Amino acid sequence: MASSSKLNAKIPEGILENKWTKYRSTVHLVNPANKRSLEVIVVGSGLAGSSAAASLAEMGYKVKVFCFQDSPRRAHSIAAQGGVNAAKNYQNDGDSVYRLFYDTIKGGDYRAREANVHRLAEVSGNIIDQCVAQGVPFAREYGGTLSNRSFGGTQVQRTFYAAGQTGQQLLLGAYSALQRQVGMGAVKLLARREMMDVVTIDGKARGIIARDLVTGKLERHFGHAVLLCTGGYGNVFYLSTNAMGCNVTAAWKAHKKGAFFGNPCYTQIHPTCIPVSGDHQSKLTLMSESLRNDGRIWVPKQKDDKRKAKDIPEEERDYYLERRYPAFGNLVPRDVASRAAKERCDAGYGVGTSKMAVYLDFEANMMRYGQIEANKKNLHNPSKEEIRALGKDVVKEKYGNLFDMYKQITDEDPYEMPMRIYPAVHYTMGGLWVDYNLMTTVPGLYALGEANFSDHGANRLGASALMQGLADGYFVIPYTIGDYLSEEIRTKSIPTDNEAFVKAEAEVQARIDKLFAIKGTKSVDNFHKRLGKIMWEKCGMSRDKEGLTWAIAEIQKLKAEFWSDVRVPGTNNELNAELEKAGRVADFIELGELMCVDALNRNESCGGHFREEYQTPEGEALRDDDNFAFVSAWEYKGESNFELHKEELKFENIKLAQRNYA
Amino acid sequence: MEHGNMNLTLKVWKQKNKDSKGRFETYDAKGISPDMSFLEMFDVVNEQLISSGKEPIAFDHDCREGICGMCSMYINGRPHGPKGGVTTCQLHMRSFKNGDTIVVEPWRSAAFPVIKDLAVDRSSFDRIMSAGGFVSVNTGNAKDANNILIPKDDADTAFDAAACIGCGACVAACKNSSAMLFVSAKVSQLSLLPQGKVEKQDRVLNMVKQMDEEGFGNCTNTGACEAECPKSISLENIARMNREYLGASFTQNKA
Repeated sequence: MASSSKLNAKIPEGILENKWTKYRSTVHLVNPANKRSLEVIVVGSGLAGSSAAASLAEMGYKVKVFCFQDSPRRAHSIAAQGGVNAAKNYQNDGDSVYRLFYDTIKGGDYRAREANVHRLAEVSGNIIDQCVAQGVPFAREYGGTLSNRSFGGTQVQRTFYAAGQTGQQLLLGAYSALQRQVGMGAVKLLARREMMDVVTIDGKARGIIARDLVTGKLERHFGHAVLLCTGGYGNVFYLSTNAMGCNVTAAWKAHKKGAFFGNPCYTQIHPTCIPVSGDHQSKLTLMSESLRNDGRIWVPKQKDDKRKAKDIPEEERDYYLERRYPAFGNLVPRDVASRAAKERCDAGYGVGTSKMAVYLDFEANMMRYGQIEANKKNLHNPSKEEIRALGKDVVKEKYGNLFDMYKQITDEDPYEMPMRIYPAVHYTMGGLWVDYNLMTTVPGLYALGEANFSDHGANRLGASALMQGLADGYFVIPYTIGDYLSEEIRTKSIPTDNEAFVKAEAEVQARIDKLFAIKGTKSVDNFHKRLGKIMWEKCGMSRDKEGLTWAIAEIQKLKAEFWSDVRVPGTNNELNAELEKAGRVADFIELGELMCVDALNRNESCGGHFREEYQTPEGEALRDDDNFAFVSAWEYKGESNFELHKEELKFENIKLAQRNYA
Repeated sequence: MEHGNMNLTLKVWKQKNKDSKGRFETYDAKGISPDMSFLEMFDVVNEQLISSGKEPIAFDHDCREGICGMCSMYINGRPHGPKGGVTTCQLHMRSFKNGDTIVVEPWRSAAFPVIKDLAVDRSSFDRIMSAGGFVSVNTGNAKDANNILIPKDDADTAFDAAACIGCGACVAACKNSSAMLFVSAKVSQLSLLPQGKVEKQDRVLNMVKQMDEEGFGNCTNTGACEAECPKSISLENIARMNREYLGASFTQNKA
């Protein structure tokens, strides 16, 4: 298989371990005086956006940052709970850059680019150093050193954390670096702005059209380069662990302007979320993967067991992950754990009123921790109750905020009874196709963090999203952008009365007018929920040809109905949440179709993409490396028309193998 | 669509924009389930308003898991409502009774002008952060993370301060609209850590100066901020900031 001539991944020559070092030392530079006249637009203020904007401003570029929330600190990176991976080997347990690289490629079911993933592993340690220097309060041991915990898909402890609020602390670190640059005048911050389109001139990205969400005014902004750091598209499913505002609009507009979309069907369904409680539900809440480190997952061995969890004796419990995957146990990767939960529930062993949940139980570990604490405190012959109380305190310190959140939502006390959990949409590995420089197929247009497709293959390992977002922003883009901008030093700022800006703005305005003019009968949420149901049932945890074909037809019908029957109240020149949602849902509908097209095209199972037709006798994902070891990069060719381009994935350092966690 | 059997009356602040005068409007919230969050109850009300051709109520929200700090409702006279230690999005309708009348207002402070209905402008917080809420370290300068040993207790105390979500409930709760709890949480986090100690004097002076310029009121140690903070940020941080500020004012020599 050869890669499409339209895709040049620009992977540096040489042996894997030296590619990034050599690249960094030889990439074109921009001198400080020229940097001052080069303008960079950053859309999105999460980990990738804030870290990129701060770093580029420190280097001397003129930066503008856009976010749709009221402050950059609200970006959904803030909600990441468990931790951030780094190959520091502080635990002396055999970790290394190579092992992090290997775990990530394997965890992604051999569908990621080797060179990108190795670079990610190389810079992972720098991320921790940088964050600590900023004052991020990571968890520490009594000796003052940093603490680590375990995450899925790995056998070492390389996850750094700050209680169950790691994303919050990392984002506030990046946000503080960003605000420092705002204060110095190096970054202009434009909050409550939504990117409505990318402006291209002579094939290059030259700016954006943004909407001021408070006044409704459309604005034109020029940039020598545009960075999309706009996160993932999990909200295409309506119910997900994403924030309400997370959307695909910026990425989708870029796609329609020529940026290819990579692997849209790769979706991560996270195994441990609080189950759906009713049709009023607006979002789902994650219970961090770190809980699987200390909790044990089980269902009753007997179908339809009505007893309380506590009353089911040990020998009548099926710890199905430990049974099926003894080597990794509860710490198998997310895709594997999710499918296993679904399998048990579908077979009739689920718990709770809906029977669509499994137990996540901390009792055994509370006792284990309690015993360790009793030894530390030199308590002799403590009672069972004393041990449990001590253990409960340890669990509280590690996961207190998560336990509180669980209790708040379910009205059940997880210290006294096991949590009930079920898989939910959490992350999207797919995203805009980018080369080694993180540039999309539109020159000057970049995608960073979850918005790109690059590092996680078909399944992301836990605690790797924070790592990738910050790697892209702090340590990759500051170098790789020089490769492009060094050629742009002669380009003066283009005035925004240029016809390309005028035309793009007129198109955006026309679409807004069109949405208001429909004056239909159904709310935007009505369409969003129906789209979500189609996607969850036919393009969710498992997919098949028949279902996907049906879904494509249904989505096309839904799209026609949306554009003839949606009701958008209010006016354009005010804060109008319904108008914002309408634009986003219209884009989700189009993306949903492409996700199904991609899933239908990929006649294999890999990672989060599980096609019923392709599985091993044990029910594991069955890849087809001869025919599908490629990245699907889709080119937009007009309504419901997408052309596939393939980027061949070459594995020169890791031998392709059936993933084995048993 | 019916979800549950609670029926409530809402009195909600409606205001077109920052320049117009606001007023309370009364709405019926019917068929509410006790398992809904307060914001999901608003979703239901808004859905009903839209389907009957009326304008929905504007409010800020995003993550709906209590961490982004965007939701900001003043419910029955208390920021984030009657339950301690939670944000509005984590408040559930089981905290109310069938037949209740619930009054919902935006945060009230001159430094937080109303944008529309229940949404306010909190960009003053961002400007305070820009004045000094950081460690001045550029990307690429850091040494190995474990070269800085930090006693666990200091790290834990810094973390407790850093848990602030910047929602502004402290300001809304305060009779003086003081932002001392917010500012002191950041000052404390960074002054407790060796990385932040280097510039702790400039930081506290600059952040307090910006806070005053934004129009926040003074602190009179009433403690409503701590009582209403959804993340239980401690008043001790204000005491720590006052010590830092006093020390910096006396000793800093900028001649």
